[in-house]
Order: sequence, then structure tokens, then C-alpha cells
Amino acid sequence: MDTQDLQVVQQRIQETIEVLNDFNKLGDKERGRSSYVEQLIKDMAIYYGYSEFLLEKLFYLFSVSEVAYKAVEFFESNEISRPITIRTNTLRTRRRDLAQSLINKGTTLEPIGKWTKVGLTVFDSSVPIGATPEYLAGHYMLQSASSFLPVMALAPQENEKILDMAAAPGGKTTYMAALMKNTGLIFANDANKERIKSLVSNIHRLGVKNTVVCNYDGREFPTVMGGFDRVLLDAPCSGTGVISKDPSVKINKTYKDFILLSHLQKELILSAIDSVDAKSSTGGYIVYSTCSVTVDENEDVVNYALKKRPNVKLVQTGLDFGQEGFTKYRGKIFHPSLKLTRRYYPHVHNMDGFFVSKFKKFSNHYTRTNKDDIIVDNDNFEDNSSQNDIHFNDEEDQKYIEASLNKSLKRKGFKIQKDNSKSQESKKQRLKAGVSNN
Amino acid sequence: MRPLTEDETKVFFEKLTKYIGKNVLHLVDRSDETYYFRLHNEKVYYVSDSMLRQAVSIGRDQLASLGVCFGKFTKSKKFKLHITALDYLAQYAKYKLWIKPNGEGSFLYGNHVLKAHIGRITEDTPEHQGVIIYSMSDIPLGFGVTARSTVEIRKLKPTDIVAFHQADIGEYLREQDTLF
Repeated sequence: MDTQDLQVVQQRIQETIEVLNDFNKLGDKERGRSSYVEQLIKDMAIYYGYSEFLLEKLFYLFSVSEVAYKAVEFFESNEISRPITIRTNTLRTRRRDLAQSLINKGTTLEPIGKWTKVGLTVFDSSVPIGATPEYLAGHYMLQSASSFLPVMALAPQENEKILDMAAAPGGKTTYMAALMKNTGLIFANDANKERIKSLVSNIHRLGVKNTVVCNYDGREFPTVMGGFDRVLLDAPCSGTGVISKDPSVKINKTYKDFILLSHLQKELILSAIDSVDAKSSTGGYIVYSTCSVTVDENEDVVNYALKKRPNVKLVQTGLDFGQEGFTKYRGKIFHPSLKLTRRYYPHVHNMDGFFVSKFKKFSNHYTRTNKDDIIVDNDNFEDNSSQNDIHFNDEEDQKYIEASLNKSLKRKGFKIQKDNSKSQESKKQRLKAGVSNN
Repeated sequence: MRPLTEDETKVFFEKLTKYIGKNVLHLVDRSDETYYFRLHNEKVYYVSDSMLRQAVSIGRDQLASLGVCFGKFTKSKKFKLHITALDYLAQYAKYKLWIKPNGEGSFLYGNHVLKAHIGRITEDTPEHQGVIIYSMSDIPLGFGVTARSTVEIRKLKPTDIVAFHQADIGEYLREQDTLF
């Protein structure tokens, strides 16, 4: 596609948006609104280089009235890279000291925003920011602003036992350790053996001493170890929030990928919830986050967890900015408490697209009160509802019970007369009494 | 994961003593909590009692690291201190060497320390002594072994080697794939 064609497409996008904004006046009624939208999605997929499937998925994240403008803003911002941000490692230094020594090395930087006391944005640097002596000495970590959020939501306390289910490369783990002042115990887990290396490296570089690093599939977790005060699940995701960092997402994610990912996320979130001890005096919290903006990987997963685990509820994340999560989306209706979750967009907050939700587990046990409570999802491959109906049919089993009883009597040396049912009956009764006495 | 054998303990503490002398005792005898040295995958980890109790539930194949790694035993049963031990070494260091900003880069690429780069050095450092190397702003950069004693250093030419490189924090980037 040469540039001239692209210009034509861009012009058509502009026109379609204008029509959609004032459809009553400008629109061709016979053609219908939906065909305009279809055209717009097709054009935008060409112009921004997305697969049509993904573009449509992202397009509908924005409410219909303002959809076109917002969507264009969103896609435009995916073309621009976010500013480089770093996090001060408070185990080693203070932000003021770090800023001073980096400025002396010829960088220009300023605090990220009012919401964090440890973040710095680097605008310009004459030295490689990932290889200064301060970096190597562990005074700071290169970390995107959005990845501060789940840790701030988790709010780990000193002397707690915490699990990070998908930890590599360790930006969030080391932030947790810094907030806990190296006390307590953190289990940093990652399923990928190669990424474990960078995780261990970062943990040592930043002087974190309270961490055990392990290499399990996150889904094994309540079996390996449970009873955590808090669990952070920054789930593996499609990365639709970080397209500016990794543009390959635009075309290589298909319908199937989203099904598989959200299935994995649903399994992981249940493991995460089951690993937490609700009786913890300080904690009992789970934070679920992704660097994706699609609803299937976020609200849908959270809603699924609420349905499957009636012993958790959503609580405020403690983050004072960000947009509320969806409570309904394209015909799907979610639990009303989903408005407590937070969404972040590149075009609104100038950080990677992100999603944060925080659960409180208030009981270690739960009962399914009635069957209607459990709505079996189409995405859910296993069928749990039938398990509740299994019980024994004593009448039908009577002959088997008798047969096995006779067998055991024989083994003990009693003679059993088959025909004389009366004496057998009385003998059996006697024996039954004997058994129950034992 | 297991405690060190007697031979291993000897080799390990001999090496540590080269850098921090009698301060080794402070590592073993702590007032806050009991700490142990544990061997896992030929690497030696410094672990607190409470962490050790919890970490036993992690399977051997799945356990990647715990507490702080001090270094590893080589195939010939010698002990090699890793850069990850720097925190504790710097805390208890007996002999120190500061290098000027113009020498920082060279040392962080794995080169030996030249006389021209020395800012300061602990008085009466003997020859072949383990030293911790700092930048002028007191950031620990690594450790090495002196080539000459403090007195002899004065007579050297600016381009002569003063301390042999053992480990530096640049390895976090250079050796990430082999070290961890």
C-alpha cells in the first residue's frame, strides 16, 4: 500500500467519523449506521496496521456516543512510545539523592506524578540509563509507570507472607520488598525458566533479601503452598495495553489466542484466591492485573472469579485515578461491584494500558447455596454443576452390601447357610451389632 | 538443599575471611535471627531460619534461589564468590579501595584497577589482600585482590595494575545468563 492510498483511507476515516457524530443530519439513512461503523473499522485496520479482528475488539471498548474520536485517540497513542520511567529502590537510596546523581550525569528528569513518591520520568539522557553505575548498584529499576499500580493496590505490609505468581522480571517483586523494608517473606514464582534468570538477577541487584524464587506453573499453587497474606497475580496476557512497546500484537493475536489466554487467566485467578488465608490478621487480599485493555481478559475474568468463589468480594483498589471498570459490555452484564476495578489507557493517562482489581477474601470456606448461583460459562470447559448431585442409592446397592458382608464373614471363619435365610438374618444382625460396637 | 559439609565449610569460610576477616563471625552470629548457609545446585545461599522453614516445601527442581547467593563451588571444589555477595562484603569490609569517576567505567567492564584510577585506599593494605572496591561516592562496585601493598603502590607507574579484578556489578548485565 503506498502513501497515496493511505491518505485516501485517512480522509475516509475522518469523513466517516464526522458522519457518525451527527448521523441524523449527515448520514445516509438507507445505508444505515452499522455499515458506516463497519467501514470505519475496516479503514482503521488498514491505516493503523491491525488485524480487523483485534481492531474491532478494541474499537468497542469506547462508549458508542464518543466511540470514534476516543478510538482514534487510542490508536494514535499506540503509535507513540511512552516516556521512560524509573523506580527508586528505597532499600538503597532516596529519590532526591538518585535524581541529583542522575542529573549530574547529564539526564533531565522529573517526578512521574503526585500519586507516587518513588517514580521518575526520564526525558532525555546523555548516558545509557540502563547501564549507569547507579543502575548496576541497584539504586533504581527501569519500570513502566503502570506496573507501579498493582503493587500500590496490593499494599504489602511488613512481616507478611506474600506470593507473586508471575514475577519475572521482578519489577513488582522488588517494589513489594522495598515497601516491606526487606522483612517478611516473598515467594516470587514464574513459569518460564529463562525469565527466572532475569528475576534472580534483579532481586540480587536491588538488594532484596526476603525472597524465595521458584519455578512452578502458577496453577499448581495452592498445592505447593498456601496460607499467604496477600497474592499478586499480574497475569500473562495478550499485551493490548503495550502495543506501543510491542507492535507485533497488532496482527499476531487471533480469536483462539484470546480464548486460550482468558481460560488460563481464569484458572490462575482461582489458584490465586485459593492460596490466600482469609484469617490473616493483616491481609487476605488478592490483586489481579493485566497489561491488556480487552474485556475478555479483565472484567470477564474477575466476574468469573466472583461467581466461582463466593468467599471473595471486590474492594477499592486504593488508587485515586483511572477509569472505572465496565459493569456491562456488549450484551454481557457483570456484577455491579466491578466498578471498583480500575482501567488505564495510554491516551488518557500517558502510561501503558492496564487493568487493576483488588479482592478481599473474607472466608476460607464457602458453600454453594443453590444451583442457580452457579452459571456455567461457555468458556468454562469443565462442568462442575453435576458433581453436587452424586449420592448413594441404598436400595439398589442392598444386594452388593449383603454380598460383601457375607464375604467378610467368610473370611472371619463363619459359615453361611444360603437357604436358611432366617438364621442368616439373625446372625447378620448380631454381627452388625458387633461391628458397630467395634 | 543441604547444609555445607565440613570440607566445603572450610573452603568457603577461608574465602570469605580473605575479604572480611574476623567479621565472618557477624554473619553466623546474629542478634536478630539465626542465619544459615545452605548449598543448592552447587551455589551457597545465606538464609534466615524462618525462610528456611518455609522454603522446604518448594521442590528441588523448582527452587531457583532463596535469600542471598554468596557464590558457587566450582567443579574442582574451589569456591568462587559471586557479585551477589557484595552487599554483605561491603558491610563488613576490612580493606577498601576507592576509584575515581574516570576509572569506574573501565572497572565495570571487568578490567583490573590501574594506579591512575585510584582515589583512595585503606592504609597498610597488604599484598594479595581481598579488597572491596567503591566509587568516590561510596557506592560499592565490586571486589578484587591487591597486586601490591599500599607502601609499594606509591612507587608504581600510573599504568600499573594495583588490584586484580574478581567481580564487579557490571556482571549483572554481562553475565546474567551464566551467573543465575
